[in-house]
Amino acid sequence: MTSILDGFVQAFSLILHLDAELLGIIFLSLKVSGSALVVASLLGLPLSLLLGFKRFPLKGLCISILNTFMGLPPVVVGLLVYLLLSRSGPLGFMALLYTPIAMIIAQTILAFPIVSSLSHSAIVSVDPIIKQASLTLGATPLQVSLAVIREARYGIVAGIMAAFGRVMAEVGAILIVGGNIAGFTRVMTTTIALETDKGNFELALALGIILLAISLVINAALHFIQKRGMIGVTQ
Amino acid sequence: MVKAGYLVLSALCAVLFTAPAAPAATEIICSSTTSTENSGLFGHILPMFEKKTSIKVKVVARGTGAAIEMGKRGDADVAFVHAKEQELKAVQEGFFVNRHDVMYNDFVIIGPPDDHAKIKGMKSAAEAFKKISGSALFVSRGDNSGTNTKELSIWKKLGIEPKGQKWYLEVGQGMEKTQRIANEKRAYTLTDRGTWLATKDKDKLEMVIVLEGDPVLFNQYGIMAVNREKHKHAKYKEAMEFVNWIISMEGQQAIGSFKDKNGNQLFIPNAK
Repeated sequence: MTSILDGFVQAFSLILHLDAELLGIIFLSLKVSGSALVVASLLGLPLSLLLGFKRFPLKGLCISILNTFMGLPPVVVGLLVYLLLSRSGPLGFMALLYTPIAMIIAQTILAFPIVSSLSHSAIVSVDPIIKQASLTLGATPLQVSLAVIREARYGIVAGIMAAFGRVMAEVGAILIVGGNIAGFTRVMTTTIALETDKGNFELALALGIILLAISLVINAALHFIQKRGMIGVTQ
Repeated sequence: MVKAGYLVLSALCAVLFTAPAAPAATEIICSSTTSTENSGLFGHILPMFEKKTSIKVKVVARGTGAAIEMGKRGDADVAFVHAKEQELKAVQEGFFVNRHDVMYNDFVIIGPPDDHAKIKGMKSAAEAFKKISGSALFVSRGDNSGTNTKELSIWKKLGIEPKGQKWYLEVGQGMEKTQRIANEKRAYTLTDRGTWLATKDKDKLEMVIVLEGDPVLFNQYGIMAVNREKHKHAKYKEAMEFVNWIISMEGQQAIGSFKDKNGNQLFIPNAK
């Protein structure tokens, strides 16, 4: 019990005396997970539109596969990316292993199915009248897509939030492809794992509390944007 | 307000995609083991080397087996590990060159204070293992690490196959976690003295050393560079600078001067 209390005390003292090393770790966490999320959204949104609008063979299978990949174990993704990027692997010449880019690639793979699948659900549940009305009013396909995305954005943002939660909390993949190198690829979750290994439970717990606090702030900000957006439309 | 939201988002994107500062000096990747990284040894010696040569050493800590494998695959430039037989084998296979002894510490067998398997007073680690098998629980790293390799070599010599036995727990974790599991289970385990000294008080381990000093428990650390004939991209020149510094008088003194928080010397330099 004292360990848990000490963890909270230490978390507050860490926040009060933010040192450069901890700031660097927090910043890298946000940079890696944020970049992965942006890339996953840029790839996932068009795919969800395609799945929502077009009819093609084996579409149902595609959606099932996407839904299954939402449960990809991070450690398996880490291993696959490791084998791809390893010097002895097919992409070894790019020298990306043990860099933040490798971590972004792994997390993009984890975030992509969540963003696409949840956006797809949001898009198919948009009232078909929106699409028909836009078409009747002479909208181009791009304009129709934008109108539907606009209607579905509550669900889309929820999907992005879910993906953000997954990648920020993830440790298995980035530990393998990043290597947890001090000052270079060490992020919040890998630091927590390392400090737990080293038996510094209070410090590990304190870092966990800070990680949760950061996630809370970001989710609150997204929620704020989401809500404001809704009011903007209803007016 | 929506505009403000987009502003925040675009600012966030700008921050996220700023390129990291270009590396000022050459960097090499050193695959090493949890015992050297977690004990704080690297934190003590690397700044000295980096100051002298402006070569930055990036350490990836894994079990010895994985650390050697990293070098074999060309994902590291130099390996600093502790399983001499495995190291020599990898050199023989042509994956590494210029292997040197660097330092040593020793393994000890630890167990519960009541020592219910009655190991205390014994001299031979092998006999102790034999006595533990069947009469008490034994926790094994089970992760191909240097410590695990040493432990398995003792079982092998005894002709005992511990895997799958009820009294044998393979946990697949680092040394410190393994000690904690042994502590919780009132079991025996093999650990390196460095980790034991550094963690027994901090982790509040209710365990004691039941056997030490058997020459078979000698734990030699070695360093070797990745062979550039196998991996052309390997930074052989810089890796050799690191190797030569580690085995030089200066590097050896740096290792000898490293003490843990309680003032114990954890590694004894012995490069030739």
